[in-house]
Amino acid sequence: MPLLELESLQVRFPVERGFFGRGTRVVHAVEDLSLTVAAGEAVGLVGESGCGKTTLGRALLRLIEPTSGTIRFNGEDITHLPAGELRSRRRQFQMIFQDPFGSLNPRLTVGQSLAEPLEIHGIASTPAERAERIATLLRSVGLHADHADRYPHEFSGGQRQRIVIARALAVEPKLLVCDEPVSALDVSVQAQVVNLLQDLQRERGVALLFISHDLAVVEHLCQRVAVMYLGRVVELGPAREVCRRPSHPYTAALLSAVPTLDATSRQKRIVLRGDPPSPIDPPSGCPFHPRCPIAQDRCRSERPALREIQPGRWSACWVEADQLKGRS
Amino acid sequence: MPLLSIHDLEVEFRLNDRWVRAVDGVSFSIEPGETLCLVGESGCGKSVTALSIGRLLPEPPARYSGGRIEVEGHDILSMSPRELQRIRGGVVSYVFQEPAAALNPVFRVGSQILETLQIHRPAKATQAEVVRLLGDVGIPDPERRARSYPHELSGGMQQRVMIAMAIATEPRLLIADEPTTALDVTIQAQILELLKDLKQRLGMAILLITHNLGLVGEIADRVAVMYAGQIVETAPVGSLLHAPAHPYTRALIQSVPELGHPRERLIAIPGTVPMPGTWPAGCRFAPRCPVVQDDCRTLAPSLKSIAGNRSVRCPHSAPGSTASS
Repeated sequence: MPLLELESLQVRFPVERGFFGRGTRVVHAVEDLSLTVAAGEAVGLVGESGCGKTTLGRALLRLIEPTSGTIRFNGEDITHLPAGELRSRRRQFQMIFQDPFGSLNPRLTVGQSLAEPLEIHGIASTPAERAERIATLLRSVGLHADHADRYPHEFSGGQRQRIVIARALAVEPKLLVCDEPVSALDVSVQAQVVNLLQDLQRERGVALLFISHDLAVVEHLCQRVAVMYLGRVVELGPAREVCRRPSHPYTAALLSAVPTLDATSRQKRIVLRGDPPSPIDPPSGCPFHPRCPIAQDRCRSERPALREIQPGRWSACWVEADQLKGRS
Repeated sequence: MPLLSIHDLEVEFRLNDRWVRAVDGVSFSIEPGETLCLVGESGCGKSVTALSIGRLLPEPPARYSGGRIEVEGHDILSMSPRELQRIRGGVVSYVFQEPAAALNPVFRVGSQILETLQIHRPAKATQAEVVRLLGDVGIPDPERRARSYPHELSGGMQQRVMIAMAIATEPRLLIADEPTTALDVTIQAQILELLKDLKQRLGMAILLITHNLGLVGEIADRVAVMYAGQIVETAPVGSLLHAPAHPYTRALIQSVPELGHPRERLIAIPGTVPMPGTWPAGCRFAPRCPVVQDDCRTLAPSLKSIAGNRSVRCPHSAPGSTASS
């Protein structure tokens, strides 16, 4: 049984239209999305801005209510769980956001920030136990116990992100949803936080859903990767295999666009034309067809479903499916 | 004669009744048609250096406390406002990180480009030239797009408009300060292709400011790495990426995961980037350096030339040491 199971999840937002508001239009942020995360597994969720990856991260923790679909955590359907019960389940899944400056209350000391989840979930009951636990948490993310008495402004961005991670760990979650956790950090500091997350996953068995636009970090950190385009997963599979031999043309273009240190690769590049289309009016057929270098007539009218092309590897592309048929 | 040469530039900012140095003795030059990347993390002084070239920093709080900046042999720091006007836009143009913040939201993008032409190339200030420029930077349907307002364009298109505006004056040097940082990776690839293409066609030099070593591999001819207000290494792009000489450059390359070359673990650089005003004595990288020696903490190293048209600010560096060693 997977730790987290999303089945046909859909999130739509109404947007007000124009001054006279002739009917509202709808943003299709997440469409018919199914994904699992096993206990202790690290799954990457990649895609460009507007693809719905952040909305998905929030919807699965029910920070945003999904429009339809099912969220199961440890086998239990939590999609419609009332707020009171949801709170007790939230102990098992925590979220880390991109901006460590906006995630900590500037008027609370680090110790007070870390004590809050302990109190809410009734974990350490006496002040002495709490202080002991806070010290342990700070040490586990590479900070000192006496940092508990300081305020967030006394820390650098990388240290603040560690504090945020320590706070998420306070309740001993089984799943950490990380939304671009290193994007706001200096390059030389990013590796510290990536290594910390890697240790948490490997040594403590915390499952990660790592939302990022950075394919290289996902390839490094995650066992599996899901590539999103316009609210849907277009490719899913083992991270290293997908990065080495992408199946979907969007994944191939995304990988090819990543600048590398290798100056000899300068010429071999698939440059996608145009911008990602709007999730308000998604194109007909395959959502990627207007930018796809290998689009065919069928792609313009019929949307390809995500199908298993090899054991464990999934792709949503007609052309790829036809090629497989031709080979067999 | 180099197109741009900077000698021992020092820039300071007034902060709480004292002067804090942000750029400390930076020297480099750019030849016509060359692409130089200035690489560093936040607070290292790379953007302040870039803004100094057009003297775009407000004075005060900034002051140029030392050094020289010469563009085509003319000293920028002693120019009158009128002379500066001729250099800005005429010889040196800028593209910044946030196109949405650099464009005026209440004017159509075409009229903003026209305004640039009216100031610097009045004979060419026509609607036809505006449309030609928009087409030149790869904007589809340029006649219609010239009448768009900035908010009607995507981030990538807005950045193309900024680049059209920057090349409208046929500059000899384009200074691009993190031009793709706010953009998605597929759009970043488009903008990089555009910059490379324009450089070929127009023969202009590019100074690209970035924190992303990947971009360096894409576009640079030569690279200067900055740390804590100083240049710590300069080298041709191939040798810098494959055989970095300074421990900071080496650590920076090793700390970034590279696509297609997964490693078991990233080699993190301990500590944090020191902000201006808190630079340590001796070598400024010493507190974070994996190969630090006793004298590093007291003796401030100078930038020394080494073989292969390179220079490095580290007396203990072995030229040609590889990234994996």
